[in-house]
Amino acid sequence: MANNVIGAAMVVGGGIAGMQSALDLADSGYYVYLVEQGPSIGGVMSQLDKTFPTNDCAM
Amino acid sequence: MLTLSEIKSVKGEAGNFQVEVLRHPRYVDEQKCIACNACAEKCPKKIVDHYNMGLAKRKSIYVEYAQAVPLKYRIDPASCIYLTKGKCGACKKLCPTGAVDFDQQPQLQTYDVGALILSPGFKPFDPTDFDSYQYAKLPNVVTSMEFERLLSASGPTMGHITRPSDGKDPKKIAWFQCVGSRDVNKCDNFYCSSVCCMYAVKEAVIAKEHAGDDLDCAVFYMDIRTHGKDFERYYDAARDKHGVRFLRSRVHSITEISDTGDMEVRYVTEDGELKVEIFDMIVLSIGLESSEQQLALAQKLDLKLTDGKFCQTGTFAPVETSRKGIYVCGAFQGPKDIPQAVVDSSAAAAAASEILSPSRNCLTKAKPVIPQTDVRGERPRVGVFVCSCGINIAGVVDVKAVTEYAAGLPYVEYTTNNLFACSQDTQDALTQIIKEKNLNRIVVAACTPKTHEPLFQETLTNAGLNKYLFEMANIRNQDSWVHKNNPELATEKAKDLVRMAVSKISLGDALEEAELNINQTAMIVGGGIAGMSAARSLAAQGYQTHIIEKADQLGGQARNLYQTLAGEDVQAKLDEMIAAVEAEANIQVHLNTQIANVEGFVGNFKSTLSANGKENVLEHGVVLMATGASPHQPTEYAYGKDPRILTALELDRKLIADDPMIKEAQTAVFIQCVGSREPDRPYCSRVCCTHAVDNALHLKKTNPDMNVFVLYRDIRTYGEKEMAYKKAREAGVLFVRFSLDNKPQVTVQDGKVTVTVIDHVLGRPLELETDLLTLATAIIPNKDEKLAQFFKVPMNADGFFVERHAKLGPSEFATDGAFLCGLAHYPKPIDESIAQGKAAAARAVTLLAREKIFTSGNVAQTDPMNCSRCGVCVSICPYSAPSFIAQDARMNPGKAEINPVLCKGCGLCVASCRSGAIHLKGFDNDQIFAQIFSLDEVIGQ
Repeated sequence: MANNVIGAAMVVGGGIAGMQSALDLADSGYYVYLVEQGPSIGGVMSQLDKTFPTNDCAM
Repeated sequence: MLTLSEIKSVKGEAGNFQVEVLRHPRYVDEQKCIACNACAEKCPKKIVDHYNMGLAKRKSIYVEYAQAVPLKYRIDPASCIYLTKGKCGACKKLCPTGAVDFDQQPQLQTYDVGALILSPGFKPFDPTDFDSYQYAKLPNVVTSMEFERLLSASGPTMGHITRPSDGKDPKKIAWFQCVGSRDVNKCDNFYCSSVCCMYAVKEAVIAKEHAGDDLDCAVFYMDIRTHGKDFERYYDAARDKHGVRFLRSRVHSITEISDTGDMEVRYVTEDGELKVEIFDMIVLSIGLESSEQQLALAQKLDLKLTDGKFCQTGTFAPVETSRKGIYVCGAFQGPKDIPQAVVDSSAAAAAASEILSPSRNCLTKAKPVIPQTDVRGERPRVGVFVCSCGINIAGVVDVKAVTEYAAGLPYVEYTTNNLFACSQDTQDALTQIIKEKNLNRIVVAACTPKTHEPLFQETLTNAGLNKYLFEMANIRNQDSWVHKNNPELATEKAKDLVRMAVSKISLGDALEEAELNINQTAMIVGGGIAGMSAARSLAAQGYQTHIIEKADQLGGQARNLYQTLAGEDVQAKLDEMIAAVEAEANIQVHLNTQIANVEGFVGNFKSTLSANGKENVLEHGVVLMATGASPHQPTEYAYGKDPRILTALELDRKLIADDPMIKEAQTAVFIQCVGSREPDRPYCSRVCCTHAVDNALHLKKTNPDMNVFVLYRDIRTYGEKEMAYKKAREAGVLFVRFSLDNKPQVTVQDGKVTVTVIDHVLGRPLELETDLLTLATAIIPNKDEKLAQFFKVPMNADGFFVERHAKLGPSEFATDGAFLCGLAHYPKPIDESIAQGKAAAARAVTLLAREKIFTSGNVAQTDPMNCSRCGVCVSICPYSAPSFIAQDARMNPGKAEINPVLCKGCGLCVASCRSGAIHLKGFDNDQIFAQIFSLDEVIGQ
């Protein structure tokens, strides 16, 4: 464990999991780099139509 | 946000990593692109649209979908004519903002970070090589991902289900489960992908909703695995209400019926009968796997993988990779559904925050506070901004006419039309115009306030205007989208909507937001695995934490567990965990303690703790519910009539105690779903299959000659737990299936325990005389109505707490300041309880770290002069915001007042107040009436 801890984190992957991690860290007082290989975030969930069990729109 | 980027290398150690990131060019300047679509309209190169799973085409310059973030176009360098052949450049010529830049180069940049979280997701399994299902050859065999796009309103068929071969409406659709999962013959994926059963059930239900009840939907499966919260109910409804057929059969192969596009499916029913059915369309329920890039990333970072090629983690450290300071969440940690991914990602954030907390707030930037202009008493000066939304609005509504019309409305001082009102340059322009024209009210006629109001309000704040001096007219979702065949009337409607918005906001006032300090102490109710996990995380992040436990020791249900699936000794691990909790200076444990009363609200709770007849008040800012659950006490299967008949936890206790009865047994029988998946308890207890399989395997290892039987309905060893099921079968454990209407019979006679079950293969009764009968009893929540009432948190019909959102808010309540984790949310194994404990901690920290919160300005307020003290508001409010002022108060004794911190602005009290004494700020009667009367102008015409 380093002595000089850097108050920033990097999240690799901008799907639903990465976005949630990034938001939680940013809201907790850390600078966050969200790295995504595609041109936009959202991941596979953005391709889904609806989600169970509530049948909410995935978008 | 670094898009089009990949990790090249990671150097350093936990707390101080140097990460090299390769940023690929977009060939479009993100600062300049306004996403007007002019480039894509004229781009001559059409290529396969991966977003739509290859079912549609897109241009070489594109955005993935309309809601993409960032909403910036990108040129695909592999197909762009200019980038491959040096000709064309149509997009560059056409771009109105000069955003296209072919000269952009890849950049290698290094970033210093304290921690990394990996959430690279998964790759949907590619069934091309599965020749028996002929996916590559037959167009009407589609994958489940393709079917999602066919169902989607934004998909290639706009949600109308048609067959790819001929565009015909299908009449019969079949789903084939476990394609690329639970299969080591045609692929190497031994594991269960965890999500396919549920998405297939969902797709079948939605397909029926789209196409009507005539559509026949059949799901071919091995075991239906609906082990998530409320999933079993959904499955029951699909079968019983929607008429989806479920056929337990693994289809071997299909045959095309020439020229029709139909397919013949031969399968064997449960009775052994061979059947042939013709289907119009077949959906392959493809599994999840790690992609090549993910495996390369793992190698680059020197991370250990599991047998299923997922990132390795431990039961007691579910989001930690084999390298310190690097955490993992989402499907790369193991195949999982959205709620579990969201839990794990918050848990990973908590784990990272635990090591980063010494440097909290070091690198974040605080927003400068812009002084607010006082507009009280000023004559309204309204600015109206009409958005074209590319062609979304302007393609139907005559936005110029609407803009001109708005200019003639009372109090309107300025109007303009924007291509995209939400773009960054428009926000800058808006700020300028507000100042230049001295505007004090703003109307934006564009899309929905649900998504865009916060953005515009922020712009108002930046321009020094109170953010409540803003109104949106939704001329897209409620106008251009729904009236696209009637442009003239749509234009008139847009004018009406704008006029209504102007008349409303002209009467609007600047509203204040109450400021509230957040007490930095956390209280956790329940000292089981989940509660302790949350407490340790909060303490490590620097917060004072109190654990309230009603029993005389910590540990909860884990006290009864023998070992984990990986073979770890649960009691030893639990003792370590308890020791760590007791040694932590930031944690105070209150044993034998109950909560007697709770006052206050988010940030300022006052809970009365009662222990040994003494009462103490604890002040805290947040509460985490980790109240756990208990095992069901069975009344069937002769439980209690013989000491050899045990519940699953009783067996574990005997294993912990090394009871000789276990070793001496010659035959052992497990009965699953005891009290679960029954009409009066229609949920799956999630852990029992894995638990039974693991114990069966353990018994077989202890004594290979023992006859071990597991009587089950569906085996639900989801994810990589499937390996245990596979191993158990290989070790000779016999699995016998039964149905709900044909449950096993247990008799105790002449000192013998006998189980009779109808064998599903033979179709004949099987009599098993056993020395050990273990009942997999359901997990039942500790329904504590009083506690739920104290914190105003809801419970579902089964008694589990109801989270804020089934998918996106699994570890928190809709009630501010209250969070949840562990069995109180839903049955789950140890690793998931620990993850959710951490997740609840992470969510709580997002509130604690703010130290101060501002509540909404749109709250109700009473007018004491008119209040008749009837108490309707006090009894009707779901958030307990109204209360009576004390009788001995100097001002307005006995009248109702509303706590702005608790008020959610729902308006229930306003509508129910018989004296008209309550006003909802921002939605006051005069504003609503002004809107209605200005609409009346049209009606009167």
